[in-house]
Amino acid sequence: MSLQFMITVTLNGLTLAALYFIVASGFSLIFGLMRTVNMAHGSLYLIGAYVGFAVFDSLYASNATAGYAWYAGLLAGVAAAAVAGVVMQVVFLGWMQGQELRQALVTIGLSIIIADQLLAHFGGNPFQFFAPDALFGPTPVPVIGRYSTFRLLQIGLALAVGVGLWLLLNKTRLGIMVRAGVDDRQMLAACGVNVPLIAVATFALGAGLAGLGGVVGATAQPVALGVDVKFLLTSLVVVIVGGMGSIGGTAIGAILIGVAEQWGQALFPTYSVILTFAIMVAVLAVRPQGLLGRTGR
Amino acid sequence: MSLMSRSHWALTALALAILVALPLLLPDFWLSGILGRSLIYGIVALSITFLASYGGFISLAQTMLAGIAGYTVAILAPTAIPASASAVSYWLAMPLAVLAATLAGAVVGLIAIRTRDIYLLMITLALAVGFSLFAQSNIDWFNGYEGIRNVVGPDLFGQPFRAHTVFYYVALTVSALLYLLVLYVVRTPFGLVLQGIRDNPRRVAALGYNVAVHRIAAFAMAGFIAGCGGVLITFYNIGITPGSIGMTATVNVLVMSVIGGLGHPVGAFIGAVIFTLIDTFAATIYDRDRFNTLIGLVFLGIVVASPDGVLGLGKRLTGWGKRKDAGDGGTPH
Repeated sequence: MSLQFMITVTLNGLTLAALYFIVASGFSLIFGLMRTVNMAHGSLYLIGAYVGFAVFDSLYASNATAGYAWYAGLLAGVAAAAVAGVVMQVVFLGWMQGQELRQALVTIGLSIIIADQLLAHFGGNPFQFFAPDALFGPTPVPVIGRYSTFRLLQIGLALAVGVGLWLLLNKTRLGIMVRAGVDDRQMLAACGVNVPLIAVATFALGAGLAGLGGVVGATAQPVALGVDVKFLLTSLVVVIVGGMGSIGGTAIGAILIGVAEQWGQALFPTYSVILTFAIMVAVLAVRPQGLLGRTGR
Repeated sequence: MSLMSRSHWALTALALAILVALPLLLPDFWLSGILGRSLIYGIVALSITFLASYGGFISLAQTMLAGIAGYTVAILAPTAIPASASAVSYWLAMPLAVLAATLAGAVVGLIAIRTRDIYLLMITLALAVGFSLFAQSNIDWFNGYEGIRNVVGPDLFGQPFRAHTVFYYVALTVSALLYLLVLYVVRTPFGLVLQGIRDNPRRVAALGYNVAVHRIAAFAMAGFIAGCGGVLITFYNIGITPGSIGMTATVNVLVMSVIGGLGHPVGAFIGAVIFTLIDTFAATIYDRDRFNTLIGLVFLGIVVASPDGVLGLGKRLTGWGKRKDAGDGGTPH
């Protein structure tokens, strides 16, 4: 096994981890504030990918050299997922706050409907974005020679999301209110804060991150049926391992799962799924609340 | 309480008598395609409902446990395609399959031992989807994406298992026995402790009961129930594929138990019948390809309107009419 191979596999794992982090951080954020386990998170990923692609494709069809088509698709995908998330929160989840299982069941119902309606409107054919020229092609990387620019951008994007979320949660007034809401909703409401509005904003942000993941993920690899399940599952495993509601834990969980998945596929393809679950079970056995999760509650 | 349960027993006996007599009245399609199918999927839903109703755990791993039994019986089946090196007779394969599901149920209980509610839901879902992905990628035992075909089941009374009447009566007998088993077990000391854990685990622990062991035993029993369902489903489908235990299948069984109502074991079968009817007649109601939207809407409507399903709805409606409990004494039809 050459050093070059090992670095390439690890880098593949990290780029995958970056995508997982973007998607799972939205899941974790929504859970963190609202205790809502959004079983439709994978569907929001799909909405981002499909709507983004619809916009991208129509622009691309009129002008094949249009670099802006991808960026427009990205914005449309994020916006569509965010709007869908807000609708879910306002219409269904907001008024059953605190009934966690019921909310989970409602989002399962929504995920069934969303997946089926996307299939009806966009068809079942796999599709893939083309990255704009600036992001397309290889970048020189020491030791391994060249590596996909877009995949490196994925890592940069994940870092930006992580740092952005950290700043938002730790350095802004909104973040202070969000964190206060995690600890004690009623006290926050008693302080005169409009908690439902913050809940909607958090849902928009979390869902938007799923949509961002959808466009980025659909640029890296084709979107096909079942992708929503895969990303819901990955988000679940990542936040179970990392600790629900913790951004740092989500990052650690994403790196663990992403790197393990790539190494597993490189070494023992048939059993790589087992490795992911072995990590989850091992973490649960030692720390049921996840690596960086808090006890109590 | 005793009066209520006496009328319950009367209703149960009446429903069973009707179900036993049905083959005289119904065409084969209804017998095996609707009722038989409802019963065998209802068994898996029953294993969810048992855990939810008396343990307070909503487990999404029950389809996986049914799948473990299904794959075990398929791997050991004498008629399986591809032919297996470890083939035994069906009469040995079936108990081994149920045993495997029971043990796997205990393992799921062990893994999820320190989690509750929403965490349990997530962990069991992750296990279930993980198992179906594993079955999909494993060629040696599970034959990958193709799965294992031609698992026809044994001959009974000189007739093939898949003869409509044979299949229906087997499904009915197994369902009734498991249903009665659940009703019996929850009255035993074990069942009472289990309900105590549901209501207040700390107090039960303080009384000197081992909460962890009771939880694992409950999951093992649920595994046993799901395993019985899994074997019958595998015979009904004449084989098993990773798709039949994937996320969709898992959600479908959850939909059944929630539509019916998680408050009482009979809800599992009521939900299974409703689900099967919608599944079968979706083409005429809405659109053949949009069956999932329809079932999703029904599910969403039930969860939003009545968190305790059709049973709870029935209970509330009949409660207004001052007829106590007619709503949850019924049986599937």
